[in-house]
Amino acid sequence: MLATTARAQNITSRNRRSLTPEYSTEQLESLAKEVRRDIITTIHNVGTGHPGGSLSELEILISLYFGAMRHDPNNPSWPDRDRLILSKGHASPGLYAVLARAGYFPREELSTFRKINSRLQGHAHPMTPGVEMNSGSLGMGLSFALGCALAARLTRKDYLVYAILGDGECDEGEIWEAAMAASHHKAGNLIALVDRNRIQNDRFTDEVMTLEPLAAKWRAFGWRVIETPGHEFPPLLDAIARARRGRTKPTVIIAHTVKGKGVSFMENNPAFHGRAPNDEEYQKAMKELA
Amino acid sequence: MAAQREMASNRETYGHTLLSMAEEYPDIVVLGGDLNVSVFVHLWRDKYPDRFYDFGPSEQNLIAVGAGLAASGQIPFVSTFSVFGVGRPFDQLRVLVAQPHLNLKLVCTHAGILTGEDGMSAQAIEDLALACSLSGFTVVCPSDSIETAQVVRAAAANDGPIYIRLARAATPVIHGQDYKYTPDRSEVIRQGNDVSIIAMGVMVSVALDAADLLSQSGVQARVINMHTLRPADEATILAAARETGAVVTAEEHYIHGGLGSIVGQVISQNHPAPIEMVALQGYSESGKPEELMVKNGLTPEGLRNAAEKAIKRKRG
Repeated sequence: MLATTARAQNITSRNRRSLTPEYSTEQLESLAKEVRRDIITTIHNVGTGHPGGSLSELEILISLYFGAMRHDPNNPSWPDRDRLILSKGHASPGLYAVLARAGYFPREELSTFRKINSRLQGHAHPMTPGVEMNSGSLGMGLSFALGCALAARLTRKDYLVYAILGDGECDEGEIWEAAMAASHHKAGNLIALVDRNRIQNDRFTDEVMTLEPLAAKWRAFGWRVIETPGHEFPPLLDAIARARRGRTKPTVIIAHTVKGKGVSFMENNPAFHGRAPNDEEYQKAMKELA
Repeated sequence: MAAQREMASNRETYGHTLLSMAEEYPDIVVLGGDLNVSVFVHLWRDKYPDRFYDFGPSEQNLIAVGAGLAASGQIPFVSTFSVFGVGRPFDQLRVLVAQPHLNLKLVCTHAGILTGEDGMSAQAIEDLALACSLSGFTVVCPSDSIETAQVVRAAAANDGPIYIRLARAATPVIHGQDYKYTPDRSEVIRQGNDVSIIAMGVMVSVALDAADLLSQSGVQARVINMHTLRPADEATILAAARETGAVVTAEEHYIHGGLGSIVGQVISQNHPAPIEMVALQGYSESGKPEELMVKNGLTPEGLRNAAEKAIKRKRG
């Protein structure tokens, strides 16, 4: 297993904003597999939670916390840190599992997820070290991230703000209010990442509400758009590196992902948006992720 | 006959007070929603354009951006009309501001029926019910211009989310320049032991006029300016119930979820006494503010009648 915590701290202790990852692709892929096991175990343990979106967003999160972001797990409120806003807060198991690996809290704490007296709430809440925003109602995170980005300007800081949005979440009108406002106010330090897994709570996004042409919509709102495969590290890291350059307009990375990625029977299956695996499914999933 | 009092605009006072705090509080940032002249934050916008953001009429985004600024250590003052600032983005206030208890200052104008001619959709009569339901929010409705200035200053000085309710119309000035507002203590603005009129906002001046009417028939009414609904000053409410034995609440807000509900809750749980509630019974309509006040019974005579009824009930 990777000495991930030590490495993450090592990166942040030098205030490094890496343009190329220090981890090899193989190391990141190996980490992703381990974190997938953590996610499935965490959700199975309590019998409730959202596996589909936690698995689809995982490579995005790892690319940020183990590559692109300037952060310090020992000082979660460091004023100069880059911020990650998880707007699709139901996918908290993915965030928690990555934060634990990065060293924000002990990995053992994942077993308290969704249980009474835990810091790991069903939807991400700032009581968890490393979590920036309360969540659970869709559409709010891009606005909140814009507020953080404007605060950087007011305080003359150079941190960046990342916001992970669900694709189904883009049905919310507030996303487009925020999109319009971010380009109007020239928030070049704001980077949105859409987890384009094509499935929302009930069904496929195309069945619920047509989103395409999604990239054209963002462009029309004044954003720079980068599209990338969402589960391969080299292109993802490259997309984030490109998004970080330039400071005049906000950038959205549309990451084409697979809902439930990594577990065959969860992949592309709307049933696992918000349902925990049963014992049999858990064993099968862990075998696949061995 | 109502006392003649100087009139002043609380929203104008808000704009000037904000401006006066700019140097003292370098972290104040002001957010508006295309109503900046009406809510008087254009004064700030024009003087401190780098510390001002306009989001147009997109109130969900407005509140949520404010939350992000608050979470980043800024002191956002967010201002629009009450109907747009409380009702429309209620979920954003709940999830992004109240639940993480962020330091956002929501100051809304054009609350209540004093909004007048724009009609019922523009008249926020349920904003206090909504704001008071947000756990951890401070909810304040200043009674006049003198108090408004101090409420706004206290909002900047104290950490935590707050909703401040202001009207569109100019309202009577009932305090002298020497008045000292205390955030956690209601003001007993007139002493009396026969009945208590607990009022807020513009109704405090109406209550003072009602007390004058009552004194003509030998009834001494205590008038309480309950500027702060959350957290409620229970001690002053209970002293009124104990010492006067009958209570009237007076609010320019819907009868459900506002001042009457809060006072009733406190009294019924601790020291039951007859309570009469003078408030709006439902949506109003277009018209001049003073006409709407009369039509809805928010008058000195209306309060006097309620007080007499409450007194009768305590004797019965």
